Amino acid sequence: MSILVRNATRRFGDFTALDDVSVEIPSGSLTALLGPSGSGKSTLLRVIAGLERPDAGSVEIDGRDATNLAPQRRGVGFVFQHYAAFKHMTVRENVAFGLKVARRPKAEIRARVEELLELVQLPGLADRYPSQLSGGQRQRMALARSLAVQPSVLLLDEPFGALDARVRKELRAWLRHLHDEVHVTTVFVTHDQEEAMEVADRIVVMNHGRVEQVGGPRDLYEHPSNAFVMGFVGPVTRLGELFIRPHDVEVRRQPNGTTSEAMVERLVHLGFEVRADLVLHDGQRLQAQLSREDAEELELAQGQIVFVRPSRTRQFAEAPAV
Amino acid sequence: MPTRKAGRLPLRVLALGYLAVILLVPVGAVIWRAFGDGIVPVWQAITTPDALHAFWLSLLIAAIVVPLNTVFGIICAVVLVRQRFWGRRLLDAVIDLPFAISPVVIGLALILVYGQAGWLGGWLAEHGVQVIFSLPGMVLATVFVSLPYVVREVAPVLREVGTDQEEAAWTLGASPLRAFLQVTLPAIRWGVAYGVVLTTARALGEFGAVTIVSGRLAGQTETLTLYVENRFEAFDLTGAYAASLTLAVLALLVLLAMTRLQRKEGR
Repeated sequence: MSILVRNATRRFGDFTALDDVSVEIPSGSLTALLGPSGSGKSTLLRVIAGLERPDAGSVEIDGRDATNLAPQRRGVGFVFQHYAAFKHMTVRENVAFGLKVARRPKAEIRARVEELLELVQLPGLADRYPSQLSGGQRQRMALARSLAVQPSVLLLDEPFGALDARVRKELRAWLRHLHDEVHVTTVFVTHDQEEAMEVADRIVVMNHGRVEQVGGPRDLYEHPSNAFVMGFVGPVTRLGELFIRPHDVEVRRQPNGTTSEAMVERLVHLGFEVRADLVLHDGQRLQAQLSREDAEELELAQGQIVFVRPSRTRQFAEAPAV
Repeated sequence: MPTRKAGRLPLRVLALGYLAVILLVPVGAVIWRAFGDGIVPVWQAITTPDALHAFWLSLLIAAIVVPLNTVFGIICAVVLVRQRFWGRRLLDAVIDLPFAISPVVIGLALILVYGQAGWLGGWLAEHGVQVIFSLPGMVLATVFVSLPYVVREVAPVLREVGTDQEEAAWTLGASPLRAFLQVTLPAIRWGVAYGVVLTTARALGEFGAVTIVSGRLAGQTETLTLYVENRFEAFDLTGAYAASLTLAVLALLVLLAMTRLQRKEGR
């Protein structure tokens, strides 16, 4: 079901968390709200869920005005960063909670809970308590709980933020698969651009309570509409007015007329790739990313003098500090 | 570090010794003295009509005060922890007033308000309600002195639990009341239980404020603590020690109830 937020503003005292934000989230999509902390992404999610009332503006879910609707009646599933597990209930009771509230027949609840635990790969753990589960398992339980009431929209607030790196990666891929299976319109909040790129098919980049750009992962990376987006969706070096991605820097052993001299200050080996931190002769710094083979061919080493040339640069009319 | 390990034993002796001297020896002495002449005089002393009345009156007051202060305490803690409003800090400070003010002063204050010549007392008397020198006054005094315990035990637990669980319950369709009762209340139950235990103990042990507002009418407005002092002043030491013993046993039962509850939970 589609979500439409129009001119939403929300202030907390002097702080403006949402500043006239309008966003459209198409039905069936998997959208990421991406931004640094304090950018308003979580507030936007909570406004959609009805957990936060906007000071101004409106929210439409599936074509119906939901601005003044209580969270109970919006048909949204919400997943919290710290799981919000009901600690005094078993996994089964947690997942069944919404169904019990809706007074579904017992047999139906039982069947539905089994089915959901299967879906989130937690069968056999139904009678455990949340304290007996790992973080990743707890979050999958929370997901099953929110899906139990068949929400028209699934909202996740930094769902993997409290998990360690490995589990995080696993759950990302798993969420993607889950979405392909369940097809419920899903919005998740993250401050991790890699996570947004990997999981979402649409990304809403936010900063200072405003939407900076909306687009697909590739679109944002290739055509950022401003300096903030360029800096946030991938590594970037700024030389004066020019913005350069590390992989758009050509490194040579000999000058060719268009290159400038630089010294390799540090080499960082990132598995398949090598990152070189360079200092130009005028003292400016530049990062270059090369394949390991290229780096070996150039015999790059710390302290070595090389000649570099940006193969691709971008310039923005207005370039605020990143 | 060896010094650390060596320091453990003296610390332990110090802590246990302090407890023994301050707590255990006097309580033990009461028990010892009560049974000085055997069990029969004790039994006789605690089954006199006045003693039994005092016993039941103390329980009755606790039975009224504890639920009142539990419900009010939880509501108060929710307001303090979750709401931001002008005067919140003042409310926060006012709740501790009973800790700061001597119970005797509280008793006098209640007489000022509810006594025959008090602000509300005259009006209430006209409508047939006598507060001072009767049960309502004693309940009021006990509510006052035991008011902060539940609030102070529940507030930090409530803060720690946060609002995520309750909000999750809302999005699953539960009404705010249902979400609170089925999700938040179980999460804070240990804070509540501990507050209830402290409130009960305080209510049973209250002396100062109740002395003032009760009028100390034997067999009518005499609680167990007042009865102890009554017997003591009448040189009936067996009676005084026997009643003290009853109080101590009640307190012990409350403590036991709590440790049992906790052990059940200690999964």
